[in-house]
Amino acid sequence: MEDLSFRHPVRARAGGARRSAIVGVVASGNLEVLVERVLPDAECAVEIKTAAVGFGEVWSAVIGDFVERYSPGGLKFSINDGGARPDTVSLRLAQAVRLIAENGQ
Amino acid sequence: MTSWQNNRAARDARIAAGSSVARGKIVEAHDVTRLLEAVVRPGDRVCLEGDNQKQADLLSRALLAVDLSRVNDLHMVQSGVVLPEHLDLFDRGVAKRLDYAYSGPQSARIARMLFGGKIELGAVHTYLELFARYFIDLTPHVALIAAVSADREGNLYTGPNTEDTPTVVEATAFKDGIVIAQVNEILETVPRVDIPADRVHFIVKADKPFFVEPLFTRDPAAITEGQILTAMLAIKGIYAPYSVQRLNHGIGFSTAAIELLLPTFGERLGLKGRIATHFALNPHPALIPAIESGWVRQIHSFGSEVGMDDYIRARSDVYFTGPDGSLRSNRAFCQTAGLYACDMFIGSTLQIDLQGNSSTVTTSRIAGFGGAPNMGADARGRRHPSEPWLRAGAEADPDSPAPLRRGRKLVVQIGETFGDKNVPLFVENLDAIELAEKLKLELAPVMIYGDDVTHIVTEEGVANLLLCRTAQEREQAIRGVAGYTDVGRRRDRGMVARLRERGVIRRPEDLGINPLDADRSLLAARSIKDLVRWSGGLYAPPSKFRNW
Amino acid sequence: MTAPLKDVAPAERARSTSFYEASARTRLELLLDAGSLIEFIGPGQREVSPHLKIFDLPEQFDDGIVVGHGRLDGSPVFVAAQEGRFMGGAFGEVHGAKLTGLLRAAREIGTVPVLVLFDTGGVRLQEANAGELAIAEIMRAVMEARSAGVKVIGLIGGRSGCYGGGGLIAGCCSALAVSEPGRIAVSGPEVIETNRGVEEFDSRDRALVWRTMGGKHRRLLGAADVFADDNVQDFREAALELLGLVGPFGLDRLKAEQDRLAGRLRSFGACGDAIDIWTAEGIADAQAVPELPADQFIALANRIGRTSRDAR
Repeated sequence: MEDLSFRHPVRARAGGARRSAIVGVVASGNLEVLVERVLPDAECAVEIKTAAVGFGEVWSAVIGDFVERYSPGGLKFSINDGGARPDTVSLRLAQAVRLIAENGQ
Repeated sequence: MTSWQNNRAARDARIAAGSSVARGKIVEAHDVTRLLEAVVRPGDRVCLEGDNQKQADLLSRALLAVDLSRVNDLHMVQSGVVLPEHLDLFDRGVAKRLDYAYSGPQSARIARMLFGGKIELGAVHTYLELFARYFIDLTPHVALIAAVSADREGNLYTGPNTEDTPTVVEATAFKDGIVIAQVNEILETVPRVDIPADRVHFIVKADKPFFVEPLFTRDPAAITEGQILTAMLAIKGIYAPYSVQRLNHGIGFSTAAIELLLPTFGERLGLKGRIATHFALNPHPALIPAIESGWVRQIHSFGSEVGMDDYIRARSDVYFTGPDGSLRSNRAFCQTAGLYACDMFIGSTLQIDLQGNSSTVTTSRIAGFGGAPNMGADARGRRHPSEPWLRAGAEADPDSPAPLRRGRKLVVQIGETFGDKNVPLFVENLDAIELAEKLKLELAPVMIYGDDVTHIVTEEGVANLLLCRTAQEREQAIRGVAGYTDVGRRRDRGMVARLRERGVIRRPEDLGINPLDADRSLLAARSIKDLVRWSGGLYAPPSKFRNW
Repeated sequence: MTAPLKDVAPAERARSTSFYEASARTRLELLLDAGSLIEFIGPGQREVSPHLKIFDLPEQFDDGIVVGHGRLDGSPVFVAAQEGRFMGGAFGEVHGAKLTGLLRAAREIGTVPVLVLFDTGGVRLQEANAGELAIAEIMRAVMEARSAGVKVIGLIGGRSGCYGGGGLIAGCCSALAVSEPGRIAVSGPEVIETNRGVEEFDSRDRALVWRTMGGKHRRLLGAADVFADDNVQDFREAALELLGLVGPFGLDRLKAEQDRLAGRLRSFGACGDAIDIWTAEGIADAQAVPELPADQFIALANRIGRTSRDAR
């Protein structure tokens, strides 16, 4: 297992009012993303525990593009990864942002 | 005095020798090795029918058991090297030289044997290429073939998996060779005559039906969101703008996803009747929903697929069937159809390099080519126009006057940037090159050459290589859809952005597709059971695909 | 199929969502009245397995089980749903403790039924002892809850089936509903093949696996009382039906269950294959059972299938 952590300044606060949301499942080639609205509006953090060791650079690129594209201000993402591919990671992150932007608790 | 009929005399002598163990044309299963010892000569070219699907397995075992003092050093000329026995022949010394096309399940062992010098390799071919050589310089002396049934005269019914048989028999029987068929049963009258009796010299009833593997069944339950996204991009980014009606699909989950999106996503785009109407294709179960929804007008097939027989029989408007009602496939004709009469090939591969060359070879495996290079190649002899062909030609060569401009076949590579076990699809150098060096091959086993590839589709978008004007643009277009692979991360961001402005690269958002909409609920069938339901109970999947 | 799912009415969405494919959380969201699910010890509390780290394996924030409460047709229910894709839905220490706690809470309250959405291969190998203990605790908790008047309903139709200790717990429930892809057994196909040989049980013969352990056979044998089609709405309706059917629990009920099982063994103990059992049950074309569509099968099962309604 490898732990990775990224913090990014963000242009704008993420939409919606929900406090938290979870998508995905920890399985081979898959991951879960828990997203919580716990940070200041101009910050975003991503904490990763991954079964695939040695992919820090790829994670950094994926997270960088994600933050640039979705501007998830105020959100903390916690990831348990079963060795998902970068496109799956991008998709789950986007799904997490969509879900927390919905109405609800 | 010169004799001009030596081969005919030799053939008659072989038949006479074989007749000593036969009753008429019929040979008992336990006498087959004796038959082969009587009929086959050292150094003969032998076609041991190993097709993509059906296998002359009884004859393989019988040939393996021959007395080496009587039969040895054979030159095997067969499309598929699929059964372990096919390679045991070389280990034992029955055979020495090999010309073939495809070796899927034996790809690792064949590589080891080539490297160890156990096999003297002629060449690895495409199907059509090997078939062509049967009529020029690789004509078999003996063909060992498989059929479903025979009558006592030797008329053969090959059933839905006719595949290579007519081609093999044509080349052998009309050039003074011997044809020996294994059949599952001997009947008074065969359901239809696929091979006339006067081309068949001996018949053996096998103790169990010949082996057939379901190669073209993809369980919709295993299709991922990434594959669905990629399939959506292909439909909206290629099928729709080029109005592709006549095409061939490779095997794989990405193309299965396309087949399952036609009645849903495709329907919503209003594409029914405008795309995907005529196929050169094995009977893919995943196409059932599109057929049932009225998308598909006609399919010609290389071979059949396990479990599809009753469905095909009941849908004879779509498939080619004989007077008995069952599918008539024919690999040589279908390959020709794919090469000359289809406007698009779309399939997946294991590696793509910066020029767009692709290969399914890894350093330890030689899977051969099969049919993909013929499907995935521009036919230089094509002369009839069609909308997609002309449009692709114009994109590639906008400056030539239209009447003198060649069209282009659309050759599309589809896949996810990372494949199984997170292995990248895109590489700086193909493993095929390293393998060629290791085995001292004159040609690296490239499945589809880069100059034939027109589009690459991944979850990152569609790269249209027809619109690239320089090698550098081409490389950046490929890097631009290579995602987070090393190849993708080394792209020139500025150049990729300019290519995107020109429409050379089209991202999902450029095509109006939201990756979050790529959901399994879009699939017309999400399980094998759904396919059975769509077929009205006519599709009977093999047990390994059931969960009921 | 073509409209985005979130724009569709809840019942419609539940009807078009495969129970087999859906995640544990989606199953619960669609099974219960819309928006009524409240989770206990949710993923935000990060109550993860204390064992997996030792094996260098990834954890899941909810340890593979969602527990909580919600409403079913307006009435309160406790719910638990296993996530069959995380470690095969297997029982570990935390996973098991969440279910035990839920059942004990139900026992204390006494009037609120429990729905358990099984999806499990059994005990998690990496936490074997803790997992085995959890199974025993859960079985006890089920029986105590039932003794206190709580109805405990099992719903089975996930990709990991209901195997090992899960099969034992299911056997303790008041009633079960199962769908065609659902499987209920203790030893799994591979385990049987490994221990008894491929002649005894060919685990790759999936038609054999399903006619031996699958939903249709379990319904016909009476192990499951209701057969659901593979969508969440059907499971919702099955749960409501079972809640209406389950009677009081006591020693008489257990004795009746013992008699039922003994009778079943007497009747079918010599049968070599499920098809023999179905034939013995009076099904004319037993071979055709696996191919029957859900509605026709339900009609057949209601006519012929046994039920454990008077036992259990």
